[in-house]
Amino acid sequence: MAEIPKEEYLEKCTTACAGCTSSLTLRYVLKAAGPDTVLVVPACCTSILQGIYPNTAFNVPVYNIAFAAAAACASGMSEAFASMGKKTNVIVYAGDGGTIDIGIQALSGALERGTDFLYICYDNEAYGNTGMQRSGATPMGARTTTTPGGKTNAKKDLDRIIAAHNIPYQATATPAYPKDLYEKVKTALATPGPSFIHILAPCPPGWRIASDMSVAVGKLAVKTGSWVLWERKYGELSISSPSKGAMKKRAPLRDYLSVQGRFKGISDSTVNELEQAIEKNIAQLAKEEAGEC
Amino acid sequence: MNDPVAMSRPKKGAAGMTGSWRTFRPVVDREACNACGLCAMYCPDGCINEEHEIDLDYCKGCGICAQECPKKAIKMEREER
Ligand SMILES: Cc1ncc(C[n+]2csc(CCOP(=O)(O)OP(=O)(O)O)c2C)c(N)n1
Ligand code: SF4
Ligand code: SF4
Ligand code: SF4
Ligand SMILES: [Mg+2]
Repeated sequence: MAEIPKEEYLEKCTTACAGCTSSLTLRYVLKAAGPDTVLVVPACCTSILQGIYPNTAFNVPVYNIAFAAAAACASGMSEAFASMGKKTNVIVYAGDGGTIDIGIQALSGALERGTDFLYICYDNEAYGNTGMQRSGATPMGARTTTTPGGKTNAKKDLDRIIAAHNIPYQATATPAYPKDLYEKVKTALATPGPSFIHILAPCPPGWRIASDMSVAVGKLAVKTGSWVLWERKYGELSISSPSKGAMKKRAPLRDYLSVQGRFKGISDSTVNELEQAIEKNIAQLAKEEAGEC
Repeated sequence: MNDPVAMSRPKKGAAGMTGSWRTFRPVVDREACNACGLCAMYCPDGCINEEHEIDLDYCKGCGICAQECPKKAIKMEREER
């Protein structure tokens, strides 16, 4: 594997909360992408954490755009660069609310049109920037400001919605495994056409964890199978190595839930439902990897 | 500046001296450190350099470096100010 470049493309520092794993994600996304890159950012924490006008911590151009428009904007940008003969990377960096709920039609359109771009959804499982309201990505049982008793609906299965578009490259990642994340961004950018990476980004204030625990919680998400790392290249799925072990022998789900304040008081029946969803997801992925479906 | 749209430019300290946010500061025990680099790899804000020195002007004191250090070579010490 190639060395991860030493260059940093974020000046010290953003206004992100201490221990923000979305910031950690951005460090590695930009290391993989390099300086010839434009980020398209819809409203989310990342719009705010850039710094205070007229200064920004981002050392690549960022186009801040309205919520529902990010992928449409990226389509136009990508076409414009191509017509100028430029190979500039166009990367949408959007939150879960801006992707799974609000931006999904523009995203679906851009994938269908075959736009040459990378769409990254960093998933902190709620509307973080506005104070942690539930989103379609919030898992069942999690307390947010709008689900004070714990969310009763399941997390929307974004990855299978994206998969239905049959794009050339799709992956999941989390910055608790930065090398895996870095490699996936590299592969996505080297693949012509649309790519999509869904990144689990533990969020200290939103998940009610201490700021030093966000990386550890990301590892637990993988070890318990709550978050499975995989990539699909031209329809071929492979489970990534950090998840291989977890597929064989999973850590107990309670290890992941009990360290997070947002799951305080979760009922046994909800934990059961979460466990069943994990098992179903893993079984489906294993079948697909084995070429059985 | 005659920018066609409102435009910010890259600058160190774009969000101020974020080191002032800290309540705990990371202190590296050089004897215990084996130079594995995991602290620098995991710092969300890129505040640790290749010599494993921490930029206290900007380190937010999140404690991830201490949590992830396999040698327990980083202690979080309360700021006195
Ligand atoms: C059309 C519109 N509705 C609402 C908002 C307010 N708003 C700004 S950021 C945000 C939350 C975004 O959540 P998500 O996409 O998950 O990103 P996060 O903040 O969690 O990083 C909301 C609701 C807005 N800017 N525009
Ligand atoms: S609310 Fe969460 S995602 Fe947003 S900046 Fe803070 S830690 Fe990062
Ligand atoms: S993680 Fe610990 S042992 Fe490794 S370089 Fe940092 S301080 Fe040294
Ligand atoms: S405490 Fe947090 S911000 Fe400071 S050096 Fe360690 S990881 Fe980086
Ligand atoms: Mg969010």
